[in-house]
Amino acid sequence: MSDPIISFQGVSKRFGQVTAVDNTSFDIQRGEFFSLLGPSGCGKTTLLRMVAGFEVPSAGEIMIDDQPMSATPPNHRPVNMVFQNYAIFPHLNVRNNIAFGMRKAGLTRAELDKRIDEALELIKLPGYGSRGAEELSGGQRQRVALARALIKQPKVLLLDEPLGALDKKLREQMQIELRQLQQQIGITFLFVTHDQEEALTLSDRIAVMSEGAVMEIASPGQLYESPGSPFVADFIGSMNFFEGEILSSTDSAITVQTSALGTVSVTNSDAHMTAGQKAWVAIRPEKMQPVFSNPGERANTTSGSMGPSAYLGDRSHFYVQLPERDDPVLVALQNLERSMAKLHKPNQPVWLQWASDAVVLLPRD
Amino acid sequence: MNVNRPWWRPDGFAVYAVIYLTFIYLPVLFLPLFSFNKSKYIAFPLKGFTFQWYEKMINTPDLLEALMNSVKVGVAVAVVSTMFGLLAAKAVTRYRIPGQGPVLGFIMVPLVIPGIILAIALLILITQLDIPLSLWTVGFAHMLLCTPFAMLVLISRMEGFDKSLEEAALDLGEGAWMTFWRVTFPIVLPGIIASLLLTFTISFDEFVLAFFLTSTDPTLPIYIWSSLRFPTKIPPVLALGATIFVLSFVVVSFAEWIRRRGVKLESSSGI
Repeated sequence: MSDPIISFQGVSKRFGQVTAVDNTSFDIQRGEFFSLLGPSGCGKTTLLRMVAGFEVPSAGEIMIDDQPMSATPPNHRPVNMVFQNYAIFPHLNVRNNIAFGMRKAGLTRAELDKRIDEALELIKLPGYGSRGAEELSGGQRQRVALARALIKQPKVLLLDEPLGALDKKLREQMQIELRQLQQQIGITFLFVTHDQEEALTLSDRIAVMSEGAVMEIASPGQLYESPGSPFVADFIGSMNFFEGEILSSTDSAITVQTSALGTVSVTNSDAHMTAGQKAWVAIRPEKMQPVFSNPGERANTTSGSMGPSAYLGDRSHFYVQLPERDDPVLVALQNLERSMAKLHKPNQPVWLQWASDAVVLLPRD
Repeated sequence: MNVNRPWWRPDGFAVYAVIYLTFIYLPVLFLPLFSFNKSKYIAFPLKGFTFQWYEKMINTPDLLEALMNSVKVGVAVAVVSTMFGLLAAKAVTRYRIPGQGPVLGFIMVPLVIPGIILAIALLILITQLDIPLSLWTVGFAHMLLCTPFAMLVLISRMEGFDKSLEEAALDLGEGAWMTFWRVTFPIVLPGIIASLLLTFTISFDEFVLAFFLTSTDPTLPIYIWSSLRFPTKIPPVLALGATIFVLSFVVVSFAEWIRRRGVKLESSSGI
């Protein structure tokens, strides 16, 4: 069932010699919370600004609700934007900021007042209408920017890193509110961020971008648990990569020979790989279980010694040195007991175990 | 610095500040002082209080005409050069124009050309073109002189405000023209007022260009200069000077009040 609200069709954008977005095609479905995620300079903001109409594609076409947009200026597009710095009009109060886009809506004064009150209710700032822009905190400005865009009832709400300027606690709270708001009103959100945790928390689907190209589009769970490329695996969360070569491949399991981990058996892999092919064996830090007494000979186990560790409160990160590998392996452990951090000493022998369905198998050039 | 120092033992900075302010304002205060002095000679001791020079000022048509000439030229120059300055500031801060640096540099050149050079050059040009000298030619020259000042004031104001505000207005459905009126203009308004006041003042007391480029209509500075040769004409000029001093003080205060009130009204009214 495909019902695209935005469709990128071979869209490119060049600034002089620099290609910001390179021949990109994909669809965003109606009602989705869709994120563009990537490091700075990957073209995600350019893509968003092309949807808003502030940048014109060098090639290709953007369709919004089946209408081509290349000849439509920003003020006639059925989308509205929440800017990175919120762009609250400093000479207007909250009410007039929210009402700014309603001049041509043809509402009576009373209807408009009612709509504004509803909008203030929606963003949980009732009674703030007469506040000046300068009197608002960062979080409040962000809400006003949201209300100002949503009162226009856009087909798509564009959000350009709207939470970047907020402190951590407020950001987490706004993430939840943003998600609830989107589900409540059912408008498609197109969200740009460089913060992978934020993208994972908020999105229905995420497009991971790098150097002007979309690397992969998938749900947060899919991106994290079965990334489609080494880039995505590395960019989303942390990942330990081990070089390997396929020994044998059957329907139920693939066996890989690695120098660092020995023979690894992989189940639950989507990768179609044949014997002799080069591969990456990738395991998330939290999916490697450290054991501090010798578990004896068994599959999917390796041994090493404790390197430096980092205590993060809720969890600890250990760097484990394996004999056959230069880079230490990152292992994350939940601090379930209060005394745990004290137990581990540098150079202590440690064994790492993992489930065979925890391994991601990726092609290696 | 010791803030509890008694007033009769001021520190070096306080002494410096007092001397500085005295140096700037004492000469200016002689103007109103002598304008109320009974003697027609500008010298101490004062001879007694009188309004007669103010009466005489009102009854000197030449003087009032010169004043009106200066006001006319000043207002026109202020409006036109501020408009040019605004357009230039918008172009410089919002678009990438090829050759922007050199163009900007050339517009700013009148700032550093000595007035007398500019005056002679313009006089030669204007007579070559057979354009009769008048207040128009003075106004044209003043505009040349004032536009860089207007640009400097307005560019700094335009640079200070966020480009995304204009994008937000566009995004919320307004075209370029309404975006200007609803967002750009109110935000740069203090800069516009400052530019109008600055350019008017520059034109109002400019002497060299006006002296070279006017014919029979003197502007106020030229009238005052020509009065200096006749001691009897000086006291009414002092009265005029004092009046202008008070008026400009009132105008600037009023403009500042309007600006603050304007900002407040915008943010507290309904729609």
